[in-house]
Amino acid sequence: MSDKTELGRLVAEAQASFETASTMDELRAAKVAHVGDNSPIALANRGIADLPKEDRKEAGQAIGAARGAISAALAQREAALEVVEMEARLIAESVDVTLPVSMRPQGGLHPVTGLFYEMCDVFVAMGWEIAEGPEAEAEWMNFDALNFTPDHPSRFMSDTLFLDPPQNHKILRTHTSPVQMRTLLTRDLPVYIVVPGKTYRADEYDATHLPVFHQLEGLAVDKGLGMAELKGTLDHLAKSMFGSDTKTRLRPHYFPFTEPSAEIDLACFKCHGESVGNPDRACRTCRSEGWIEWGGCGVVNPRVLAAAGIDTDVYSGFAFGMGVDRTVMFRNGASDLRDFAEGDVRFSRQLVGVAR
Amino acid sequence: MRASYEWINAHAVLFADVVPLAEAFTQAGLLVEQIDDPSQAITGKVVVGRVVECVEEPQKNGKTIRWCQVDCGDYNPEGQPTRGVICGAPNVCVDAYVPVVLPGSVLPGGFEIVSRKTYGHISDGMICAEDELGIGDDHSGIIIFDPCLNPQVGSDALELLGAKDPVYEIDVTPDTGYCLSIRGLAREAAQVTGGVFNDPYDTPVPDTVSDGYPVVLDSEDCVLFVAISVGGVDPDAPTPEWMVRRLKAVGVRSISLAVDITNYVMMESGQPLHAYDQTTLQGPIRVRKATEGEKITTLDHVDRVLSKDDLLITDDSGPIGLAGVMGGLTTELTQTSTEILIEAAWFNPASVGRTYRRHYLPSEASRRFERGVDAGVAYAAAMKAAELLRDLGGGTISSKITVAGSPRTMPTISFPDWTLPGRILGIDLTKEKVIEILEASGVSVVPDKDGWILTPPTWRPDLVDPYDYIEEVGRKIGFGVIEPRIPSAPLGRGYTRAQKARRAVLEAVAAAGFAETIPLPFISGSDLDRMDITADDERRALVRIANPLSEEQPYLRSTLLPGLFTAVNRNTSRSLSDLALFDCGLIFRDTNTGPALMPDVSTRPSQEEVEQLFARLPHQPRHLGGVLTGEWLPANDRHPGEPATWVHAIYLAEIASLALGTTMVRRKALKAPWHPGRCAELGVMKDGEFVTIGWAGEIHPKIVQEWNLPARACAVEIDLDALIELAPSTGQITPLSKHPATKQDLALVVDEGVPSATVLEALREGAGELLESIALFDVFMGTQVGVGKKSLAFNLIFRAQDRTLTEAEASAARDAAVAEAGRQVGAVIRS
Repeated sequence: MSDKTELGRLVAEAQASFETASTMDELRAAKVAHVGDNSPIALANRGIADLPKEDRKEAGQAIGAARGAISAALAQREAALEVVEMEARLIAESVDVTLPVSMRPQGGLHPVTGLFYEMCDVFVAMGWEIAEGPEAEAEWMNFDALNFTPDHPSRFMSDTLFLDPPQNHKILRTHTSPVQMRTLLTRDLPVYIVVPGKTYRADEYDATHLPVFHQLEGLAVDKGLGMAELKGTLDHLAKSMFGSDTKTRLRPHYFPFTEPSAEIDLACFKCHGESVGNPDRACRTCRSEGWIEWGGCGVVNPRVLAAAGIDTDVYSGFAFGMGVDRTVMFRNGASDLRDFAEGDVRFSRQLVGVAR
Repeated sequence: MRASYEWINAHAVLFADVVPLAEAFTQAGLLVEQIDDPSQAITGKVVVGRVVECVEEPQKNGKTIRWCQVDCGDYNPEGQPTRGVICGAPNVCVDAYVPVVLPGSVLPGGFEIVSRKTYGHISDGMICAEDELGIGDDHSGIIIFDPCLNPQVGSDALELLGAKDPVYEIDVTPDTGYCLSIRGLAREAAQVTGGVFNDPYDTPVPDTVSDGYPVVLDSEDCVLFVAISVGGVDPDAPTPEWMVRRLKAVGVRSISLAVDITNYVMMESGQPLHAYDQTTLQGPIRVRKATEGEKITTLDHVDRVLSKDDLLITDDSGPIGLAGVMGGLTTELTQTSTEILIEAAWFNPASVGRTYRRHYLPSEASRRFERGVDAGVAYAAAMKAAELLRDLGGGTISSKITVAGSPRTMPTISFPDWTLPGRILGIDLTKEKVIEILEASGVSVVPDKDGWILTPPTWRPDLVDPYDYIEEVGRKIGFGVIEPRIPSAPLGRGYTRAQKARRAVLEAVAAAGFAETIPLPFISGSDLDRMDITADDERRALVRIANPLSEEQPYLRSTLLPGLFTAVNRNTSRSLSDLALFDCGLIFRDTNTGPALMPDVSTRPSQEEVEQLFARLPHQPRHLGGVLTGEWLPANDRHPGEPATWVHAIYLAEIASLALGTTMVRRKALKAPWHPGRCAELGVMKDGEFVTIGWAGEIHPKIVQEWNLPARACAVEIDLDALIELAPSTGQITPLSKHPATKQDLALVVDEGVPSATVLEALREGAGELLESIALFDVFMGTQVGVGKKSLAFNLIFRAQDRTLTEAEASAARDAAVAEAGRQVGAVIRS
């Protein structure tokens, strides 16, 4: 079997056999036939030992070369078939990637909660802190300490919800402002705080009124604070929330606990005033008024500071408050406040992630 | 407050047009909410015409139309002496001056007027009624101009109608009562636009005199009462058109000359007046407090029982008026009254406020008294009314007048530092500028050291404290000039640990697929009955609202569940039944702490008072609650839908504790409203003790039915404040072993009632330190393991810190674990 012609034939046969194998299984069968223990080439290899000593070297080299050629052909075919089979497998395993993944239907924070976080973050970034207080509150904290006279109309039962019996002087806070007094009574000056919270009024329950709603309150008491610092702070909040070109205006107003008092209006961030007197470009966000009433503010009335025992010759402050439900309404285009309280699962799903 | 541009301009020389004046008002704190201008809604031409000929033509349909020839002067059709117009109104007549809308005009509501053929004639325009022009609601007939207005044919009818007078709707804040008058607004308008104000009411109150009708003041709540008599007034004298028009512009209907005059003077001066039929008065007028239970019949024919706090005007017959609120019926002016007594008084604002609220009688007068009437205008106002009765009603003013009491004196204060307004307002202000503004506002400014002695004018009761004057300066300059500055807060410490923790929990729960709801926190007592909550349960410590929004829900919630169940009902009514809702908010528990303090506000309360103010309130912990119904996971192509079960209710609480780094433990519990076999008490171990923080599980089927919830609804409620309190504040990091782990599976048979967590804990204890983790992966019950028994299969992972464990070491640890489970709960290895 050392005949070179014979070896050439074996190699050619093996090559042809491998080449005709169209699957890995066929190739494995061809491999057994052409390189297995009982294959002609294996037998030839084993036969070397029976050859005369002087012929062994030459025969060994010839057979070795033939075995090498067969192995190379096998490897080449194996590689080729692997590619083919992988291609076939990948095609077979293809899926519809648009099928639903297994996910819980979406949850979400209530838009009011989300907006509270966003607004509080603005203030925390400025070094302010977050203060909180109870919803069932002492009447003194909600009214008297904030310079509401005993006869002030908002103290009547037509406006304020009282805990029973009313002569116990406990109410459901009508604004987050009692936390101003709690803070001034418990913290060292200077004070820079915002107060997110729930508030209560004996109000209607309809598309534009909720008897239970949410406010964000701010209070700063320090040396040298006044309307300029109030305006600077509110401008920063407005720009953070509505874009850096947002404009605000302060308009004189009246609140017992601030003097001077003002209302803060936002220049409409949707129509930029273009809807005013222009029925063709009516704006839902500002009701085509160009300005949106956002909240109340002012310099803390020295009477409030005095009720907390603060030296009004040294310290002054400013305070502000805005309705958060209303802010969601004009910012996100909500049209019915009842949706805020009814608990329809679809409501809180609408504003999630960065789209809050 | 409604105020017409025309009336304001009658008292001031202004250099501002309608819209700029509105902007100036708004900048000065008088928010102009609206400018009504009916003529703006009309395009085209409305002219005055005189009816020259009017022919009645009955129609087949029973109606009668009138074919009119109207002289419109320059607006007659070319070459014609008159314009032919069809008119349906019965009051049209020859020689009447009427408004004629010319063809091509469009009336409010898009009603276009065209020349058209109707009833056999060409109707070349329209004679119209008030409502058609949008200037009123009268549709009883067409408008016929009063000849005393001197109507001219072809002139602008809208101008003659006063429809071209824009009217401001102004939001007057409680501290600016002086702007509830044309006079006050004209004064402000002149000041903020650089105009000149002419006060028609600048005659001061004379010294006390009692020559006129006798008046006795018997209450501190009335310090001034001016009474002027006018006799011989013609009760049939009409109210002139100009007065009717001005009153209408501010929203007051014309009634009779005398009543119209009192309203007119009130609107103009801000001083409410009352007019009595003097012949009905018996004896002197006495102003006093009522006696408890005393009665009066007011002008509106209502019998009212009085409180001893009500201030009364009385005569010998008894009460004849609720001071500043409403007059009495017995002394009312009638259609035949000729002898009129005019009252102009100053009543205590708070007293009037209490009385009108007590009797639900808000009025233009009581609103003005409550907000503070000019202390010095009473005489001028009463005299103006008397003069109008004389000039328009032919009356004679009695030379004998009464001025009881005297105007209250305005409080003088020391304003210590002239630089304060500039510093507080953040505006550069010179001393001279501040003085100029204050003096323009009527304030008396007397220099005093570094500041001034200030006295407000009689119409400014709001100027009391130094900061009130600062606001006045700011208001008059406008806040628009304030240059914003960002204050530098001291270094903050960010959110508190509890605030961060709460936010982490809510964000985690929302991310896990729960939707937040914020229901109204009110419940009814029956809500607790319907949840089978017993009388001794802590949730029965309800806080009641004295004046609830609805008598059906008079309590503050003591649990979040009723609000969540109601939200479920709302959703299911909208065909939404696969729900996972949560609510995080305060609940309220009564603590019987007694009344809250009302300390004096002029100084800081004592420390003890502060503590009591904080302590004497209901307990108000923040709870986190959730409710689940329907499917937790929807079906898809790979697996069927997974129903929401008790497991998912617990899952919400587990998410919350995971967000806080807390390990929650559970034990079986009986708690309403949960299913007795499917309720877990949730807790956290603290010093070896189980501290309860809430409950979770499936709702009792009976309560599911009672609340009309979807079957197998599940719920959870935990005390989030308590959970946050128990959470670790700082975590601990231990070195990680670099050696491979050895895994062992184990199946144990225990009695069916033994909680799996107990078995797991026993295994953990027995396995010792080599046990890295243990997890239950199967529960099996069946005859193979015996009746009343169950098989629990666990996966245990062992690992050593310093070496690779041998199988023998792991097996030994496992055997120790099994032995401990056997000792504690009688567990045996499943054979």
